[in-house]
Parts: sequence; C-alpha cells; structure tokens
Amino acid sequence: MVTITVNGTQHQLDLEPDTPLLWALRDVVGLTGTKYGCGIAQCGACTVHINGEAMRSCSVPIALLDGATITTIEGLSPGGRHPVQEAWIAEDVPQCGYCQSGQIMATVAFLKDHPNPTDADIDSNITNICRCGTYERLRRAIHRAAELMKA
Amino acid sequence: MDGSQTASTTLNRRKFLFTAATAAGGFAIGIGALPRWAEAATVAAQPWDENASSPHEIDAWIAIDPDDSILIRYQRAEMGQGSMTAVPMMLNEELQADWSHVRIEYASANRNIRENKVYGDMFSNGSRSIKGSQKLVQQVGASARERLIAAAAQRWSVPAGECAAANSVVTHKPSGRTLRYGELAADAAKIKLDKEPAIKTPDQFTFIGKPMPRVDVPLKVDGSAKFGIDAQVPGMVFAAIIQCPVPGGKLKGVDESPLSGAPGIVGVVKMADAVAVAATGSFWRAQQALAKLHPEWDVGPAGNTDTAQFLREYRAALDEGKAATARNQGNVDQALPGAAKTLEAVYETPYLSHSPMEPMNATVDLKPDRLDIWVGTQDALDETEKAAKAAGLEPEQVYLHNCFVGGGFGRRDAADEVVQAIAIAKAVQKPVKLIWTREEDTRHDKFRPMAVTRFKAGLGADGMPNAWSIRTVAGSVPLAAGLRLPPNGVDFVAIAALASNPYNIANTRVECVVKDTHLPVWWWRAPGANQNVFAIESFIDEIAAASGQDPYQLRRKLLAGKADYLKVLDAAAERGDWGKPLPKGRGRGIAICEDTGSLCAQVAEVTVSTKGEVKVDRVTAAFDPRYVVNPLTAAEQIEGAIIFGLTAALYGKIDVKNGVPVQANFDTYRMVRLAQAPKIDVHIMPSGGKEWGGAGEPGTPPIAGAVANAIFAATGKRIRSLPIMDHDLSGSA
Repeated sequence: MVTITVNGTQHQLDLEPDTPLLWALRDVVGLTGTKYGCGIAQCGACTVHINGEAMRSCSVPIALLDGATITTIEGLSPGGRHPVQEAWIAEDVPQCGYCQSGQIMATVAFLKDHPNPTDADIDSNITNICRCGTYERLRRAIHRAAELMKA
Repeated sequence: MDGSQTASTTLNRRKFLFTAATAAGGFAIGIGALPRWAEAATVAAQPWDENASSPHEIDAWIAIDPDDSILIRYQRAEMGQGSMTAVPMMLNEELQADWSHVRIEYASANRNIRENKVYGDMFSNGSRSIKGSQKLVQQVGASARERLIAAAAQRWSVPAGECAAANSVVTHKPSGRTLRYGELAADAAKIKLDKEPAIKTPDQFTFIGKPMPRVDVPLKVDGSAKFGIDAQVPGMVFAAIIQCPVPGGKLKGVDESPLSGAPGIVGVVKMADAVAVAATGSFWRAQQALAKLHPEWDVGPAGNTDTAQFLREYRAALDEGKAATARNQGNVDQALPGAAKTLEAVYETPYLSHSPMEPMNATVDLKPDRLDIWVGTQDALDETEKAAKAAGLEPEQVYLHNCFVGGGFGRRDAADEVVQAIAIAKAVQKPVKLIWTREEDTRHDKFRPMAVTRFKAGLGADGMPNAWSIRTVAGSVPLAAGLRLPPNGVDFVAIAALASNPYNIANTRVECVVKDTHLPVWWWRAPGANQNVFAIESFIDEIAAASGQDPYQLRRKLLAGKADYLKVLDAAAERGDWGKPLPKGRGRGIAICEDTGSLCAQVAEVTVSTKGEVKVDRVTAAFDPRYVVNPLTAAEQIEGAIIFGLTAALYGKIDVKNGVPVQANFDTYRMVRLAQAPKIDVHIMPSGGKEWGGAGEPGTPPIAGAVANAIFAATGKRIRSLPIMDHDLSGSA
C-alpha cells in the first residue's frame, strides 16, 4: 500500500508497485486531466509536479512515491486561475487540447527557475509534444505568463 | 458557467458519470472575469446531453431558457479545429442571440437518426465542418429568429414586419417596446412559419468574420475537458490490445496459461487479428498482463516485405503499371521530343502515421437493447451505424456520446477501436474502456499512402515549359474507404493537386497508377495533396533552376491571369521578404497550392549548418479561404497545419521490415517540438466568390515543398524524397 497526497487529499493506492503514477491518478484517484500520450516519457502529456518538481508521471512507479506530494493540473490553482492558465487563455493556445495539461505543468515548473526566460531557455526546457502544432502561441503564452507572474 | 453546471447536474442524475469533472472542481473556472471572455460563449466539460432534449427547445438545435440563457447544439466534431465555436457563430449570425449567454453542446447522433436527420451530416473531415454547415445552420438560426419575432408580434398584435431582433431582444420599432428571447421562447416554439426566411448573404454579415475566442479553451487549461479516453463508467474494466504485427495477418492462437490465477484479470478476448486482455483496477494491469502473452500469428507472404522492396516495385510501376489518365490537354507526346530542353525527376514520399496525441480508445457499455459509447470521433453518425452493426442492434439503440477529440487529422472516423471495444464488452459482459498503447496506435494506423511520382517536362528556347507529363504511383485511399473509383480508373485522391494544378502549360498530362501494399491507408490531413504538392512545387523549382529563373517569378508567369492565385503568391512573397539577401547557409523557398477550395502560399526561410542540420527559422503564409467565420481559429489552423506538415517533411516516415511497421513511439517517430518550431506569420485574405473554402487542411501541403526549395536555395541540393532528415546535407551550405 502506497500513500500519496494529490492536490491536498491523501490517497492510499492498492495497486501493483510498478504501476506508473499516471495510471494511479487516472484510473484510481479519478483525475483524468493528466493524459497518456506515449508511456516512455517522450511526449510530456502526463507531466505533473512531484514534491514540486515537474515529472513525466507515465514513467514514475508508485513504489517510489510513498509519502509524496503530487500536484496535477486540476490542483494547480483554485478555479483554474494560475497565471500560466490565464496566459494560455489570453493567447488562445489549445487546439485539440490533449497535450496542454502537460504543457502547462511543465511551464509552471520551468518559470520557477527561469522567471525571465529567453526563447532559447524555452526551447531547451519545454520539450513536450503538441501534435496540433500550437507552438507559436505556446511560446507567446510562456512569455506572457512570465510577465503575469511578476505582476 | 451556468451552462456547465446545468449540464453536470443533469448528468449527475444519470448513471454514467465522468467523476473526475466534479472531483477536480473543473466547473468552477471563472472565465467571465477575463476581459476577452466577457463576450464569449461557453461549453461544458462534457458537452453532450444524455436526454438529447431540453424543456425549453425552440427546435432540435436551439433551446432558450426563461433567463435568456441560450443553448446551441453543434452537430460535428471538435478536434482542435475550432468549429465548435465557428459553426454556432454562423447560426448566431442569424439568431441574433447575446453570444455571452450562449452555451454550446454536441447534437446527439441518436436523435439525428430518430428525428429524420434533423442535424444533417455530422462529420468533420475534408475541411468541411464550416462550409458544409453554413447554409443549414444559417437557415436554422434565421427560422428561430423569425419565430421569436412572430411570437412578439402576436403578443403586441402588430405586424411582424414592424419588429426586429438583436442581442436576444425583439423590439417593436414604432413603439420601442421590447421583449426578451427568454420571454418569447415558449410561444415561439409553437409557431410554424408559412415559409422559410431568406438567409443573409455575406455582405450582410455582422458577426461572422469577428475573431472570437474558442469556447473550449478554458476547459483545456484546467484539465476538465473530457476526451474519450477520460470516460469513467461504473463497473467498467480496462482493456489492452495487441494486433497482428503484420497488418492484415491473422491470429493463430494464444496460450492463456501465463495469466491463470493472476489477480484482476477479467478475460482474454481473441479476435480475428488481435488479442485483448481485460482487467479491473487500472489500464496498466491490463497492459502488463497482455505483455505476458505471446500470441501466434499467421502473417502470410506480407511477412517477407520491406520498404526497399516497395520502393523498387513502385518505381517499376511508373512504367509497368496500368495508368489511368486524369488530365490530358494538348499533345504531350508530340511536344516533349521537340523541346529545346527536357527535365525528368522522380519524387518519393513514405507511409506516415496520423499519431494524434490521444491514442485510439473507446469506452462502451453494451446492454441487450442499448449500446452507449464514449469516444472522440470525427463522424458520430457513421460510427453509430458501424457500432450498431458490430453490436447487432439498430442504430436507434446506439447512444454515441461524442467527446473532445485529442487530435484527428483524418484518423478518427474508421471506428476500428469502437468495433474492438464492442467485441471485448460482448465477451466479458461488462462496460469496457479499450486503450491502444502508443506503439499500437502508430503501427496499426491506417497510414498516409506512400507514393512515387515522375515528372517529365519540356522547356522552350525561352526557358518556359510548354509540355509536362506527370505520373504518380500511390496507394488508394478511396478504395480503402470502400468508395469506388470512376470508370476511367482515376483515383481522385492520388492525383489531388496534380491534375488540378493551376499552371498554364499548353501540353499537360497527369496519370495515376493505383498500387497498394498490405499496409492499410486512410485519409490524412489534406489527402493526396500532402504528398503531391511537395512533388509538384519542388519540380516547378527544378524548372526555374534549369532555366535560370527566379522560382517566384516563374510561378507568376505560369499563373498569369489567375488573379486569386497571384494575390496569395504575391502576399507570401512580399511579407516573406522574397528576394532580400540572406547570409551563406540560409535560403528561402516558396510553394503554393489549392486545397479544399482554399489557396495557401508559403515562404519558408531555412538555415543549413555546415554539419547539414536543417533549421526552419520562419514561415510566412498567405491564406485565402474565400470566406472566414472566425479569423482567430482560421489562423490557428494554418499555424498548426504548417507544423503538422513540417514534422512530415523533416522526420516523417513509417518504414516496413519483415512486413512490420518499424516506427512505434515518439522516440523513433519523431515530432517537431518547440525547439524546431519556426516563427509563423499567417495572413488571411478572403476573396469571396461562390464557394466557401476549408481551413483545416490547406496549410499542410505547401510546407514540405517550401522547405525543400529553401534548402536548394541554401545549398544547391535538391530534395527529391522525404523525410529531409534522411539526406546528408553536410558541407553543402
């Protein structure tokens, strides 16, 4: 039995210890905002924060997470009003939207370390795949979020 | 977000729940507080109505509550293309409702079947969501508006002609009296018009053409938007599937003993070409259990094939295959030998996977007399009919709850995953959520066909082409989709953008040879055009190079008299800085196409490093869709289509070895990411006219040719096959 705290609520997981956090979140905790895209930490659609760090939850077994604190897209901010989310809305970023939870979670963690990001910083740190190709607006939204977070 | 709360309350009384929506508090988002959203319509996180009716309906499309909140139903798919916003905008152009009080939900395919196709077609493919809806939804909106006006005129005992509707209010013009739509809806619902009102012509539009934020965006930034893969049905089990690694092969058998006594396994389901395992608890458990099985397959002779062999066969078919003639103008056979100079080139494009971010999945609940399906589909009506057949039910007994589609690109209207989920549900007698792993999704795609295309051109003494012959060998998407080719044998997808090419060349012949392998093929964003525009726009560049002409100016000459083409070509060239000097190692390329009735020209600017690495720095697009409903989403579609086409141009290929598609996941089937994404400028320039164009697809075809031509400009190396990453460009810049 593994105990994790997700968005402030404790959950006990009675699952095989090799179960990736992704499937524990989606199938047991019932939070489906975190998406399955590849299962091999390539695409980033499953990005969540584990003890404050952005991680690709498809590749983190729950056995490593006893006592861990997890934040998913659903718990990022009350009412979905984190500056990164506001920037995403203002730039009309999502198309199909499937990758965007991961993009946002990756960006929130990135901006903590890079409050004044350059395009080069963004390129080397935000590596999530968007098949719809929203990169132009995504890049603008990251810069806008950085500004909003300073305000 | 009244709309969301209403919808969720309704749903919570039903047995089928998306529990995460409430657990996440996703409905609490306060979009109204954002300035841009103050005038926006909304949509619920799970935008379908289980009952498919509302107590305050004007008709099947529109319901108006006493508090003036207005429901508009949207009959097609939302897969990122923005039509869930744009199509209701067209309806509201006529309805004249207060857009900030509009909420949108999916129309029910089941109701469409029961009520004599009241919603018409329901597909989103061929870039037709908007143009295929325009007349119908304008008429629906106009009729409702006239009935609301008639209800007000009755109430006041005045002629309807003295009344006007705007912003959810009917006004009696002479007296200034007003009634709100919410006060009139119940009466309007009872009114039958003598005749249908005329719909507005484009010059009368006041709402169509305004950039409006998409209704689905707020739900897609807080995790609340429900995709098919997010369905959670009480009592549901999870299923993983492995299909015969060689497409078309059959299952011989599988030893189930590795799973005997394993906890949580509900069943092993054998299908003609696949094995599935269903498990309780999590998809992971089903997936891990499936990995313990080693099915035996009958792969047949296809098991000895590979890409190199296919290429040899396709090249040979250029001469040996049975060619059907799609266009024959002048006399190519006479003109070619007499040419001052002749050119010949062969272009090759590989199989490609659609690879939407949401892998194939379907959730079904099958009862003896009712089937419920949760899936993101591009064609809810067609998939309802396919599912009914698979389940042995009547279409009226099937309730398909269309979800947000996590990327479609043409893949999500084949229903193969739905039919499999039904087979599993039949076997295990429980609701089932089937998910394909990414590896299954890539390798068992219905692929973009491979093609080999040969051009022969004859140039006059002035360097201008006066004859060309184009012959393409390609797999047939129409045949794969169960359509028939016309009597002349021309595959209208294989020759897309080739036979219809706009260039004034006196002697033109375009032929196709249909040739398939065991890999299934399907519609892939801009079918046919996505490979053919690369080939033809590269070859036009070859003609320019061979005759010492500027590629843009050559196109201008060959497009003489075609004002609409010239307008977008000139716009792309001008805004893309065509002709301005670039440092060594950099170059610009240009390409243009017509697709789905729209024109798109693109100028790409690339840098090729001394090591041969290609970086696309900037793309300028000029786009003429004839009419634009929502310029914001139209621009987004071109931006996205360019990235989609760029991934194919730079990296895209599905190789075959021993009959098996080689690439399986994003480590081997590479995608453009932020670091490779160029700066993109889109210029939308609708020219009007009789027909409306599409927006989802026309941005994809030109980019590969524009980039390949830019590489030629930078290096002198001509790219005649894709992907570009397979070419060694080191030391060429």
